[in-house]
Amino acid sequence: MRFINRHPGLGGRLLLALLPLILLALIYGTASTLRLADNPDDRLLPSLPQMADAVVRLGFTEDKRTGEYLLWSDTLASLERLGLGLSIASLAGLALGTAAGVFPLLGASLSPLLAIASMVPPLAILPILFIVFGLDELSKIMLIVIGLTPVLARDLEQRAREIPQEVLIKAQTLGATSWTLVLRVILPQLLARLLVSLRLMLGSAWLFLISAEAISATAGLGYRIFLVRRYMAMDVILPYVVWITLLAWAMDWGLRRLHRYWFPWSEGGRA
Amino acid sequence: MSFIEIRNVWQAYGDHVVLERLKLTVEEGQLCTLVGASGCGKSTFLRLLLGQERPSKGQLLLQGKPFPAEPDASRGVVFQRYSVFPHLTVLDNVTIGLELPRAHLTGRLWGSAKRRAREEAAQMLEKVGLGAAFHQYPSQLSGGMQQRLAIAQALIARPRVLLLDEPFGALDPGIRKDMHALLLELWRESGLTVFMVTHDLYEGFHLGTRLLVFDKVRIDPQAPQAYGARITYDIPLNSDRRQTREAIAALPPHVLDAINPVSQENHDER
Ligand SMILES: Nc1ncnc2c1ncn2[C@@H]1O[C@H](COP(=O)(O)OP(=O)(O)O)[C@@H](O)[C@H]1O
Ligand SMILES: [Mg+2]
Repeated sequence: MRFINRHPGLGGRLLLALLPLILLALIYGTASTLRLADNPDDRLLPSLPQMADAVVRLGFTEDKRTGEYLLWSDTLASLERLGLGLSIASLAGLALGTAAGVFPLLGASLSPLLAIASMVPPLAILPILFIVFGLDELSKIMLIVIGLTPVLARDLEQRAREIPQEVLIKAQTLGATSWTLVLRVILPQLLARLLVSLRLMLGSAWLFLISAEAISATAGLGYRIFLVRRYMAMDVILPYVVWITLLAWAMDWGLRRLHRYWFPWSEGGRA
Repeated sequence: MSFIEIRNVWQAYGDHVVLERLKLTVEEGQLCTLVGASGCGKSTFLRLLLGQERPSKGQLLLQGKPFPAEPDASRGVVFQRYSVFPHLTVLDNVTIGLELPRAHLTGRLWGSAKRRAREEAAQMLEKVGLGAAFHQYPSQLSGGMQQRLAIAQALIARPRVLLLDEPFGALDPGIRKDMHALLLELWRESGLTVFMVTHDLYEGFHLGTRLLVFDKVRIDPQAPQAYGARITYDIPLNSDRRQTREAIAALPPHVLDAINPVSQENHDER
């Protein structure tokens, strides 16, 4: 049978999914053991127990200086920034995208502006943000907002344009005003799309967050990673990376579930 | 004064003339069927009636006053596709037609007003045969059921004129027959004025009280876009069957060819 026609069974699928991960773990384990046998003080590839130690130290023992559990206070700080940034960017993106995509008069000004704004590399203006908004929370949240909003807005603008003209005409023949047309017909459909775009943008959001935290912060997952880098503390960095990945994956999963729950109609294709 | 009067209407896009010298008066309650070759401007004519576009020249009058210049609740519409809201259930798709005209701030009714709107919508849905599908989404419906929904939705707003652009064009023949019966029943009950574009001559003359044929009178082979279509035949359908038959038989062959000759043979039993 041709390779293209061979499909894994249920058990096979699970096995094949786990296989690369197991291989990676094996390779890491071997390399780490070899290096540590060579030099017990090696920091580059810490062993599993060393990393577990670090997790217990950061996650389950009070920090002597601050009295906090660092892993959790870092997570809280990062998630707070991320949550605020994503929420503001979503609202702004939704408003701008709808305005540009639905109303020709507004779109004439907004579309070119958004097209330009989405080309500005957000990290390049990070220094400006630090100068304008200071080194505190605001500039980190603003980096996420500025990085995501134009892209979200353009995507939603495009989606708004893809809503068939017939649908907009129909709503008007049912007595809709511009405002109620947006409220009852456009926004519900764009909200469904927003959740999809957000999932795609999660990676960038984390990127912006960690970059900002790396440069200036007093807590946060990115801050911690860059802080302990000075001591080559791979035993901390690696679990933190795994934890961030896990958080990002959970957010993606949550958004997907939310999409399915809130917008059951959009899963079955268009009418 | 006629209910609808079309006064020497032209429609051109750039130097592409699509419609020219349209003159027509229509009385309230007529069911006009529009036939003509594909691309000759039937949908354009409906867009003019709908207020989606304005004519390049001429006037469209509703009871002596110019048609409102944008789509509104006085004219309902059913397109061949995309006529319903994909994000609303069947019941909400019709209920929204009662909510939008009354709630200008939120577009929604609440409490007992909402309940009453839902009941009214439910009655309308029963009438079009969707009593068992209240909580489904349009994408879960068959093509015929989607068009039933679109008709129910258009009628709930109580328009004075109903515009149908090949509403049954995408349906199977058997289902199309059911839809014809439904449309005739609703039309008789409501006394609406209906304009219906169709590709199917049988449909045109079975359903209408009046058949309007769109065709180009003048053709310049060097510049095919220089002249537009007019209403070349205006055939009353209800008065005398034999006369109707003769009038249709007398249509020039290129007109008959353009509008689906097969279905005419199939349904000649009439
Ligand atoms: N907005 C427009 N701009 C330019 N040309 C158009 C526009 N709308 C329609 N047309 C042209 O008008 C002609 C008639 O179109 P239409 O009314 O859709 O025909 P029909 O419905 O009879 O098949 C077509 O040749 C089409 O290309
Ligand atoms: Mg057409």
